Amino acid sequence: MLTAFAIFSDGLVYAAYLFLVAVGLTLIFGVMKILNVTHGSFYAFGAYGAATAAGVWFDRGWSDAGGLLFMVGLAMLIGLAIGIVLERGILRFVYGKDEVVIVLVTYAVFLILEDVIVLVWGPRSYAAYQPMVAAGSIDVGDLTLSNYDIGMVVLAAALAAFGYWALKFTRYGKLLTVVIFDREVAAAYGINVKVIYTVTFLIGAMLGALGGAVMAPKISVTLGIGVEVIVLAFAVVAIGGMGSIEGALIGALIVGFGRAAAVHLVPQVELFVIYAVMALVLGFRPHGLFTQPAPRKI
Amino acid sequence: MASRGTLIGAAAFAILAAGAPLLPQWLVSLSTIAFANALVVLGLVILWRTGLVPFGQALFYAIGAYAVALLGRYTPVRDVFVVVIAGAVCAGIVAYLVGFLLARYREIFFAMLSLAMSMILYGVLVKTETLGSTDGFHVEAGSFFGWRPQGAMRNLALFWLVLGCCAVAAVLVARYFRSVAGALAIPVRDNEIRVEFLGISVDRLIHLKLVISGILAGMGGALAALAVQHVDPQMAYWTTSGGFVFVTILAGAGSVAAAFVGSLAFELVRSIAVDLLPGAWQLILGSALLLTILFLPEGLGSLYARLRRRKEETAP
Amino acid sequence: MSAILSVRDLEKTFGSVVAARDISLDVPAQQTVGIIGANGAGKTTFVNMITGHLSPSKGSILFEGNDITGLPSRTITRLGISRSFQVAQVFPSLTVTENMWAAAAIARGRDSIIARALTPLDTPEAKTEADAAMELFQITRYRDARAVTLPQGVRKLLDIAMAVAGSPRVLLLDEPTSGISIEEKFGLMDVVMSALKTRRITVLFVEHDMEIVGRFADRVLAFYDGTVIADERPETVLANPRVQTFISGTKPAGEGAVHA
Repeated sequence: MLTAFAIFSDGLVYAAYLFLVAVGLTLIFGVMKILNVTHGSFYAFGAYGAATAAGVWFDRGWSDAGGLLFMVGLAMLIGLAIGIVLERGILRFVYGKDEVVIVLVTYAVFLILEDVIVLVWGPRSYAAYQPMVAAGSIDVGDLTLSNYDIGMVVLAAALAAFGYWALKFTRYGKLLTVVIFDREVAAAYGINVKVIYTVTFLIGAMLGALGGAVMAPKISVTLGIGVEVIVLAFAVVAIGGMGSIEGALIGALIVGFGRAAAVHLVPQVELFVIYAVMALVLGFRPHGLFTQPAPRKI
Repeated sequence: MASRGTLIGAAAFAILAAGAPLLPQWLVSLSTIAFANALVVLGLVILWRTGLVPFGQALFYAIGAYAVALLGRYTPVRDVFVVVIAGAVCAGIVAYLVGFLLARYREIFFAMLSLAMSMILYGVLVKTETLGSTDGFHVEAGSFFGWRPQGAMRNLALFWLVLGCCAVAAVLVARYFRSVAGALAIPVRDNEIRVEFLGISVDRLIHLKLVISGILAGMGGALAALAVQHVDPQMAYWTTSGGFVFVTILAGAGSVAAAFVGSLAFELVRSIAVDLLPGAWQLILGSALLLTILFLPEGLGSLYARLRRRKEETAP
Repeated sequence: MSAILSVRDLEKTFGSVVAARDISLDVPAQQTVGIIGANGAGKTTFVNMITGHLSPSKGSILFEGNDITGLPSRTITRLGISRSFQVAQVFPSLTVTENMWAAAAIARGRDSIIARALTPLDTPEAKTEADAAMELFQITRYRDARAVTLPQGVRKLLDIAMAVAGSPRVLLLDEPTSGISIEEKFGLMDVVMSALKTRRITVLFVEHDMEIVGRFADRVLAFYDGTVIADERPETVLANPRVQTFISGTKPAGEGAVHA
């Protein structure tokens, strides 16, 4: 019973983390058909930015809640800045090229940004544990739950709900839906697809940085965190169906609970359970659980 | 034309083999790794010609390497020829099996699924004690038909072995490119439906390409394991695959030779860059990849072709 | 005369949509059959079922007495039924000659993929076959041009020539003259039809232009609402007022119900 509850709570927290890192990736893919490897960099920059902010803020002994806001705010600003440079400086020149070629372009940028991190922050690790400590914990039966983790689950749920609402009911969301459905038709109806692309990419970039900022207090912010995150996010998005927000949510839950179950029941399989699930899902549903393959026309 | 290419290639291999004893030690070791990796790149070239980019080719590379390491650890088999063939065969079998799934996919789905496959292996390797876990393990030196060279001599012998494997692979792959199955790479990339309606299965063509590229990657991994005398899970990680993809894009899919030249250039530049500009290696790598994709989409190999064409045009 | 191609009770449904139904017919060897009908009448669905791109929901297809229903397209091609496409399907980055080599090489080899990896593409036989087909379809003067640069009419001819490279006994042409200017249409069809006559190939072709159907077909199938409503000699079919109303797309009085 205890194990079951632990699997449930761990799974939920892990799923929240996965959703936070995958949602930006799936948004960019859905709208722009770009599998954005630099998403890992956004995450890393977000985490480093948040860690720096935490250092500045908490060294002065300022309030805890404000500190977290400052961390998230600075991280998202950095995400926005890199997003603008990338989209305006590089990506817009390769729109319309082969999808695989664009993946390689983002991979190249990802490599560059990995070293930029070293240049800016050096090779040492950073910690930003203060918000985690400040949040404290509660005991549920024999189990201790971190309030910070609970907050993360709430944030992920809120983001999912907001995303759903924004796509369904706002003007921008409706425009996005049209672009996702068919960009030529969208352009023909006078929708400025270029602006939509830019805005979407920037939102995606900020979401990636947000993921990093939120995770920063829970991890050691060190070199290579982006490398790990990007493959995880890929797996989640591929399971749910690339470009679908619901898909990212379901994918995150499947992977989250799958991994939590593995950790508690068969720890040996923990590291590859995610990719095994991904291979299994893709074996039966090549385009993920939530997207329909486009029919081949001749 | 093809025969002139073969002659130049044969001459290059002969010069390299004969000149190796005169080269400094570090260069021999570097070339050994470079040519072992070139076999992997050659396999990627086969797939890239049809427009497929596997982001998990390290799967086969690691299988080949671990086959050698495990044979050394758990069996008395030490002969380098046997272990290299064993590595290639194991990787080929794995490629054949995952091929049933992978060959149905294209574009980024192919890339991602291939990535997932390699990450499964990575997870297994990291978590399994008997496979050496995170640290991996040492690889036995190996013997050449009972001969056990030491030190510099061993490096030379290994270099010749790698060179021999490369020569065989180059000849066979060049032949394959001229065969029906190989030459259909561009038609498949251009128009799969047409290929199907002419009477051949595209999925099976791609499955074959996967097996060939898997065998090459396994052989490359086995040779790399012998050269480095160590294997670890990093060999299966996606960044390893990314490195191979990188060299492939840089070299271009134009010819067999591009894989070897590209791989050698890559290792040379890396060793120089790591010395001169430590901490900026990935920056250089990324910039080079970006510039190649933006300005030389056919790879560096196409530069040569372009120059030659210009010469022909200006010639009377 | 025994039929080279026989179709019995063929039906194709997509969910609740009936794309083709109750199609039964026999085509004797070396006949030239024109297929007419408004857009969405089921012509292309019919062609797609015969050539294996779609699997029929019901019914059977016999080719030279063998059941080929539901076989994959490449197997059907290898058995001897080829097709061309409404939008010409060629390999744009290859030259015309290379396109033909690819077609001839695929058609000549054995089915085993290993055998394909061991035979060179440019065998003398494949080259001869390619040259002959280019000559037959009068595209030899474009032989070194990349397919992407070809004018529409030549690309159509190349598409058909590639289909013929496998020496099929039956060839289905899906709108061979679509996208071709009115002045060029007859010239193109003259080349195609005389080439196919030389090779003694049975032809089924989908066509919108009634004049072309009248000139080249021995027999006309008129499709409406997924099925064949007339199957006679061209002059009889084309004079039929019912067919005329259907093909022009306006429904005659009293035939209101459309299958859903």
